[in-house]
Formats: sequence, C-alpha cells, structure tokens
Amino acid sequence: MDPNIKKTKNSADSANYPEAIQSPSQFPDEVLEKVLSMLHSHKDRSSVSLVCKDWYNAERWSRTKIFIGNCYSVSPEIVARRFPRIKSVTLKGKPRFSDFNLVPQNWGANIHDWLVMFAKVYPLLEELRLKRMTVSDESLEFLAMSFPGFKALSLLSCDGFSTDGLKSIATHCKKLTELDIQENGIDDVSGSWLSAFPDNFTSLEILNFASLNSEVSFDALERLVSRCKSLKVLKVNKGIGLDQLQRLLVRAPQLMELGTGSFQQELMFRHCMELENAFRNCKNLQILAGLWDASYVYLHVLYPACSSLTFLNLSYATLRSDEFTKLIAHCPNLRCLWVLDTVEDKGLEAVGSCCPLLEEIRVFPAHPFDQDINHGVTESGFLAVSHGCRKLHYVLYFCQQMTNAAVATIVQNCPDFTHFRLCIMNPGQPDYLTDEPMDEAFGAVVKTCTKLQRLAVSGLLTDLTFEYIGKYAKNLETLSVAFAGRSDWGMQCVLGGCPKLRKLEIRDCPFGNAALLSGLKKYESMRSLWMSACNVTMNGCRLLAKEMPRLNVEVMKDEEDDSHVDKVYVYRSVAGPRRDAPPFVLTL
Amino acid sequence: MSMPFEEHDYIGLSEVPAMENSEKNNGLPLGDNEKKNTAKVLNLKATELRLGLPGSESPERETGHGGEDKNGYQLGVLKGFVSGAKRGFSDTINGGSGKWVYSGSGGSEVNLANGGGLFSPRGANGAAKSIGAGGVDSASQQTFVGSGVGKETVPQSPKPVQEKKPQVSAANGHAAAPAAKAQVVGWPPIRSFRKNSMAINPPKTDEDADAKLGTGCLYVKVSMDGAPYLRKVDIKIYSSYKDLSSALEKMFSCFTIGQCGSHGVHIRDGMSESRLMDLLHGSEYVLTYEDKDGDWMLVGDVPWEMFMDSCKRLRIMKSSDAIGLAPRAMEKCKNRN
Repeated sequence: MDPNIKKTKNSADSANYPEAIQSPSQFPDEVLEKVLSMLHSHKDRSSVSLVCKDWYNAERWSRTKIFIGNCYSVSPEIVARRFPRIKSVTLKGKPRFSDFNLVPQNWGANIHDWLVMFAKVYPLLEELRLKRMTVSDESLEFLAMSFPGFKALSLLSCDGFSTDGLKSIATHCKKLTELDIQENGIDDVSGSWLSAFPDNFTSLEILNFASLNSEVSFDALERLVSRCKSLKVLKVNKGIGLDQLQRLLVRAPQLMELGTGSFQQELMFRHCMELENAFRNCKNLQILAGLWDASYVYLHVLYPACSSLTFLNLSYATLRSDEFTKLIAHCPNLRCLWVLDTVEDKGLEAVGSCCPLLEEIRVFPAHPFDQDINHGVTESGFLAVSHGCRKLHYVLYFCQQMTNAAVATIVQNCPDFTHFRLCIMNPGQPDYLTDEPMDEAFGAVVKTCTKLQRLAVSGLLTDLTFEYIGKYAKNLETLSVAFAGRSDWGMQCVLGGCPKLRKLEIRDCPFGNAALLSGLKKYESMRSLWMSACNVTMNGCRLLAKEMPRLNVEVMKDEEDDSHVDKVYVYRSVAGPRRDAPPFVLTL
Repeated sequence: MSMPFEEHDYIGLSEVPAMENSEKNNGLPLGDNEKKNTAKVLNLKATELRLGLPGSESPERETGHGGEDKNGYQLGVLKGFVSGAKRGFSDTINGGSGKWVYSGSGGSEVNLANGGGLFSPRGANGAAKSIGAGGVDSASQQTFVGSGVGKETVPQSPKPVQEKKPQVSAANGHAAAPAAKAQVVGWPPIRSFRKNSMAINPPKTDEDADAKLGTGCLYVKVSMDGAPYLRKVDIKIYSSYKDLSSALEKMFSCFTIGQCGSHGVHIRDGMSESRLMDLLHGSEYVLTYEDKDGDWMLVGDVPWEMFMDSCKRLRIMKSSDAIGLAPRAMEKCKNRN
C-alpha cells in the first residue's frame, strides 16, 4: 500500500482509536478483523489475504470457517499454523468419479489425521462437513469425545464407518444441532444409534438419516422429535410408515424440511384424514423429500402443504405421468424439482405448465441399464420444461435420446444456465434424428449461456465440441467428459481456453500425452484433473511431474500394460506428495 | 383361444369333468363362447392344479377374458408343474414376446424398430459405438444384471467383458466409445446409493408390467369355499364393487354359476351394493374380506375407496358360514344410517 494513504487513514483513525497510532501501517488490526469477519465467501477471503501481509494476518485471525476442496492440496499442519480460530471445517476428499466406482477402495482421504490436529488446535470446533472422505467409527468416537461444543456433523458420500460411529456422536455430543448422513457407503448395523440420544438432549435442529436402511426405534424418534423444539429439518428413512409420520408431524409442525419415510402403507380412511390435517398444520414446510415407493392413493395428503413448497424431491418415488401430473398441479411455487423419469415427457410437460418459477430440475433414470427406449424421458420433455420455466438455470437430465435442434431451442428459451449436465445414457450416441454428432448442441449451450459454470457432456462428440467449449465457455469452472472427442486437439482446446477452469474430469476419451502436457501451465490454477481410460502413458505423466514440481501427479497403472496409464489424478498442492498413498497409487 | 385349449389336450388332460359341463348348461349367465372356453379352460386348470400347486397365477386374472397372451397362458400351464412359480419367472419367459425385456442388447426388435439409435452400427464411431450401449454397470448391484444381457447378445457378451480397455485407436481412426457393450463401469453416472435403492425396490413399472394398468397394484388373495385353489386379484384395477364382483364371478364361475343361477339372480346384470345384500340373503355364497385389523367383513358396506385401502384378502364364503357376519353387517348399516 502507498505509505501516504496509510498515513492519511491513520490520522483519521487516531482520532477515534488513539491506541492505534503506534502502528505505521493502516487500520488497527482489530478494526480490520472486524470488517473482515463479515466476509463469508472463501473466494473473497482468499483475495483479501493476498493484498498484503497485514491483511493476510487480519484475515487469518478472523476466519472461522474453512473450506478445503481437495484434502490433499494442503496438510493439517499448514492449516493449523495459518488459521488459529477455526470453528467450522468443510473437507472434500476423493475425486468425484469415486461416486461411480472408478476409484478403488482404500484410496485415501482419511479424516483421522485431520481430527487429531483439530483436537489439538481447535478444541472449540463446532462443525465438520465431509464429502467423499473415509471416516472410521474410531474417528467418529474421537470426534465425539474431543470437542465438547461440537454442533454439526454432515457426511455426504463418505465411507468407512458404521452406525456404531453414529452412536458415539449421539451419546457424547451434548450440544449437537445437526446430524446429516447422506448416501454413504457404510455398514448399517442397526438403528439403535438413534436411541443413544440422552433424554435431556434437546438441541437438535437438523436430522437426516434418510439413506440409512436399518430401522430405528420409533418410540425413541418420537420422543426425540417431541423434545427438540427447534427441529427444522427432519428426514427419516424408509422404515417409518405413514401412521408414524403423522405422529411425528403432529409433534413438529414447525418443520421447514421434511423427508418422509415409506409412502405405501395401507391406511384407514380416518388415518388418511389425520395425516392430511397434519400436513395442513405444517405451515412452514418448504422442502419435501422421501416419498419412497409413493403410492398414488395417498399423495393427496400432501396437497395442503404443496402450495408453499419450493423444493420437491421425488427422485425415489416411482410416479407415473398421470399420478405426477395431479400432484405437480398443486405446486405452483416450486423453485427446485427432482424426479424420476417414470413421469415421462408428459409429466415434464405438466412441470412446464405448472411451475413458472422453476430454477432447477433434475431427472434421474429409473432404469439406467434398460435399453428399451420406450421408457424414460426424451428431448421433448426437456423442451417442454424449458418452454414453461424461463428461469431455469440448473439442469441434470438423464435421457435415452436427444437432438441438436432441441438443445439449441432449450438454451434459447433459458439462456441463463449456470449448470448444464446432460447425460444421454448410451455412450457415443448421435442426434437420433439426423444421426450427426451432438457437437452443435453443446456449441449452442456454450455460445448462448454465458454464465455457464458447470458442464457435463455426452453423446457422440467430435473435437468440434471442445473447440466450442474452449472458445466460448468463459466462466466454465467444472467440465465432465465421457466417451467423447476424436484426438488430442479436443482436450487441448479446452485447456487452451476456459480461463476459469478448475475441475476437469475425463473418462474413456482418446486424449493422450500431447493433450495432457498441453495443460502444463494451467494445472496450477486448477483444483484437479482426472483422466481415466484415456491414451496417456507413464512417460507423459513422468514428464508432467518433472516439469511441474508443485503438482501431485498420481497414477494408477493399467493391470495388463505396464506403460499404459489407467487413471491419472493431477492436483496442485502446497503439502507435497501425500504420504498415505496406497500401493496401487504411484506418485510421480 | 382354441389353441391353448388344444395344448391342454396335448399335455394329456383331455378329460372335462361332466359336472362342470352340466353346470354350464344350467342357466348359464355367460352367453358367449369365450366364456364357455374360459370355463372349460378353468376346469382343466383346476384339474391340472390338483396335480401341481395351488395359488399360482393365471394369465387371465387381470383381463378377465382368459388367455389373451398365448405365451402367458402356456406358462400358466407350466406353472402348475413348476414349484413356487413366481411372477419374476413369468416375466423372464414372457420376455420372449419382447415387450418389456430387460435386454441390455441391441438385438431386441424394439430397439431396432426405433431406428436403432441405441446400437446402430451407423455413425462415425462405427464398431466401437455399437458396443458402447448397454451400460450395465458391472459394479452395479442391480438384480437384473444377469438377465440384462438379452438372449440375442449372450454370444457376444464374453467378448465385451474382456475388452475393458478403451479401443481408442480403432482401425477406422474413429476413437470414441470404447469399452464393452454391457459392461461399462460407472456408467451412467449414478451414485451407488441410488442404484441400490432402485435395485431393492424396482419401480412400479416393473411390478405391474403384466397389467400395464393402474397406479400401482394391490394384489389380494381370493379364496372360495370348496374351490381347490386360490386366485389373486389386483383390486386397484377395479373402480367399483360391480367391477370386482364381475371379475370374481368370471374367475370362479365354474363354482358359483349354479347357485346364483338357480336363485335367479343374474350377477352379470350389475352388482350394486344393494345387490350384494340381495346375494347375502338369496344366494349360497357371499363375498367377504379381511380388513387391516384382521376382521372378516362383508364386502359392500363401505365406500369403494375405503374398501380398497383396507382389504387384505377376499373370501367367497358359503352363506351358511357367513351367518356370523350378518349381524355385523346390520350393525354397520345402522351406524351408517
């Protein structure tokens, strides 16, 4: 900073803060820290910390929440040294393709060393949010015992623990406000963990155990819900039936988010009315999920609550188009909808007609491996939604067929897409009407949607798609590619363009060493690169590792061919090569 | 209709019990030939199932007209001899008709008819693409993975399994969809939790693919006093008591016809709730059901929707046995009024 400016500011301040005069630099630390404590975005904080040393210090002292997008990009020691006052930690571990079984077991991303460091340095830790990390029961117990003020635990797509670990949390975390367990690969031993919450425990605000299979004691759950008056989010698992749901709703009419259990149980008419009334009394309900095996017969009980819904998650409810159409007609205020493709194009037409405020839609396949094209949704469903929902900006769409023309029309209807994830389920499938590659579809997307941040491509794609992406996708941060491209040129276009690219994940594409090496300079500005089943060899990876010492180049070799690389994961790191790599991971 | 009938003969059960024949001739409310054949067919089935197992499903249960699906009917015959025949088995067999095969292949006619967009050897990717199709995740826990590879592709599947490596340098210079037809790991990109959920609870479309009707199904067992075997009906496909009783009457006509006919009550003319009451008083059989609480109730008392929700099984009872129910029925009537 200009010393003159500093002095000016200082003299203005000294009138109010006489004790600050001794520092020749700018604001007193306390003031700066106070100002910076109002900054929440970690991107902003990152920028702030780069201004100068004083700002770097003020920022590090005022930061209470830390987000680490790749747990190996930094080490627990470095984090502990830099940030002394952390209360909330978010950590992401494995590469995203691990969700689809592309990363072998025991790859790493274990939370334990982090917890040990946190116990030493952040005894007041309150929140831990983990995604794709390995967490053991021992770690969970350690967590529960080490942080007396611990409040919020969120585990998404993690593995390595069992319901016994949850028992430790329930038993020892006296101030717990949030327990959110989603889609983890865990050992579901029993539902007894829920009964471990002590009788005097009342602080719970968020409870999500929808993806746990073993039944919990309903009695324990009912009592828990009764005494936790601040409960805002409750998502139960399939073991909870409709009559039990009614009893829970009666105890917690203040709920804002509800995940129901099984929606299929046979109910007497009288109980149906009671359930409908219970929903009527939930005046704050905005988000509804669950609805496992939803039987159409009972959907009407939801109607009183539907008009205030902003997010409806029907992605586990196998509703047909006629059933769904009746339900969606009651939900005019939806902003976000997740459905199964059993609703078909007709169902999506209804969405287009009934939900003008819709911003996000995700259509999941009920039969992902069924090649019968008569099931599921097609381009016309997507078109119908885009036509009626002009505010749409997030789409995840699994379909059996698509055309370039349809996509071009869709993005004309909705030019504000920030997230466009299209999965034509048959790899390498062309436009089914013209038989041409789907290049023009994604070309239209990147040309029209200037705010695009995330893109997933599919279908038959030549290098032209990637030329378009590199040239036009100025705001693109995440790109997922599978079964696409013709030559190295495709990947080179992306790496040569896309100035904001952070995450690039590629599988089963004909990109080789030339493509890999063309991104030499770029990888340090990215979080990570994943390439699997491509044309990359050990020599190419070694060269990359040699040229760029601050990148970790991790290779999983091909079983049969020693020189061919099956999977390579490249990421920037200030912690050097990781020390916990399993034998099948070679760090170059 | 006659063909399956002949196949019965082929199997060697040509004898038609004389009693059934005479019943058919007495005041038979079923006029047309189809019904006759149905009756005959049922009789034969009855005979067969004495040899086999009761409780196996008849292909005509949901349509009420017997044996439209010849394959299915044939299976019905087989079922008599196959222990524990379940719908799943019949699905696999019926898959031959190509309607809803879980074939992971491009061989099925359905796909080819649709322009083969899925598996067409056309398109720039040539051979490579044609095997990129199936997407059956080898790591998936989908229960039908095994049957997912349809008949036509069985010979091909061993090849794809070995070809896990991407065929990126295919001779034709086109390099895109590598990997095997039905063995692509991690594709389509769906999280394990969702995959496993759908596998454990397959969508309704699978369960009632037989019926391709209604909004989900609720199969309840129907027994009839004196009949040698039970039937199962999906009560959700009926919209009223009239529908249900017509269907049941067709199903069990060989046993009830005489009684109803002899009392001059023409069931086919329409069954209203009051008619059911008539039957209660006038016929040898009454229709009862077991409700959620385990109590046996008279069919026809409560509104249809309520009945659908609470009915767990049905029983066509002899009137004499139903005397215990009558007071209850009267009570309920009183309560309602």
